[in-house]
Amino acid sequence: MKPAPLTAMRASLVSCHSCHLLCKAAPAAQGLSMSCPRCGAQLHSRKPNSIARTWALIIAAFIFYLPANVLPITTVISLGKVQSDTIMSGVIYFVKSGSWPIALVIFVASVFVPLLKLFLLTFLLISVQRKSQWRPKDRTRLYRITEAVGRWSMVDIYVVTILVALVKLGSLATIEAGPGAIFFAGVVIITMFAAMSFDPRLIWDAQEPNDERRKQS
Amino acid sequence: MKSLIACHECDLLHQSQPLPPGGTARCIRCGAVLYRRKQNSLDRVLALTVAGLILFIVANAFPFLTFRLEAQIQETNLITGVIELYRQGMWIIAGVVLLTTVVLPFLELTGTLFVLVPLKMRWRPWKLALFFRTVRSFRPWGMMEVFMIGILVAAVKLVKMANIIPGIALYAFMILIFILAASAAALDPHIVWQTLDKRS
Repeated sequence: MKPAPLTAMRASLVSCHSCHLLCKAAPAAQGLSMSCPRCGAQLHSRKPNSIARTWALIIAAFIFYLPANVLPITTVISLGKVQSDTIMSGVIYFVKSGSWPIALVIFVASVFVPLLKLFLLTFLLISVQRKSQWRPKDRTRLYRITEAVGRWSMVDIYVVTILVALVKLGSLATIEAGPGAIFFAGVVIITMFAAMSFDPRLIWDAQEPNDERRKQS
Repeated sequence: MKSLIACHECDLLHQSQPLPPGGTARCIRCGAVLYRRKQNSLDRVLALTVAGLILFIVANAFPFLTFRLEAQIQETNLITGVIELYRQGMWIIAGVVLLTTVVLPFLELTGTLFVLVPLKMRWRPWKLALFFRTVRSFRPWGMMEVFMIGILVAAVKLVKMANIIPGIALYAFMILIFILAASAAALDPHIVWQTLDKRS
């Protein structure tokens, strides 16, 4: 077996989250907070309470996901007719009117990506809690995807904003934002926070040979 | 210890080594980017940020899109949607859109300027490190490029219903997105941190 690779934690070093400066971990200072001598950020060897925080945010996002997709995100009032649209009905509208690429953009950004993020983070959390040894490099890659892709889900919120700004012609045609938009924005923001609170280094901590012993001491 | 760097994604320790121009150092275990060598990072970021700030003002001050349905003309600015959402009682959404497309990008541009100009001039103002750390933390929340996709989708949605006329602000906005991306790519935070380091 290869010798265990040396991590900052085993060398009693802490890498600053904000400026990546390596600092010596104060030995007896558990409970006391340290701050980075260079940038002043709080120093943590791992993100604090990463697993519990990420779980809490994921569960909140799952709950928000339902009303985000069921409630209308826009209401079009045109010549007395009122038509409410959910995210999915917007996608279906684009498919029917032949705008395939746009339908695909909306579907991927608003339906697929938020769900993908939630399931990926759930999978990563469970794998970390079970101290899985399975393909740590690929799991880190999955985490990178979750982090990079999250912001693009905001597209639908911006589409609603622009529609609302442009189409306000009184009784002729008016578009109003619906309650689904609030929940949807909630899903996007909460999952972004969830991805930020997850610490990918936990994936690699399970590879440490003396993982159990160190945890107890 | 100065020459050591820990991977921010898997915590593995590395010896940092000088890179050839344009080179990238990656973690040997997980493949995360550790650092890059960027030439004239400060100068390039400064130039791009000044350009970005000018474009930002143009993008916010001039008409963005004009919507024409027969005789009715609806002219909008970047901010119009936010105001309209607020009027409809959707102040949460209005706040989110205002923060992610106007306030945070603006703070990031001006904040970058506030940090880089003193660095360039070799001043050491008070709390500059704290300031840079705060500006960096805004990064994930500025979503102008996502807004751009939103404009495209909305335009396709409305194009059958009425005439959509792009305004000057829209062009400024499109250039601004590329400027912001170029600026983000040119910025070498390690150089900034090393220069900011009071202890050296």
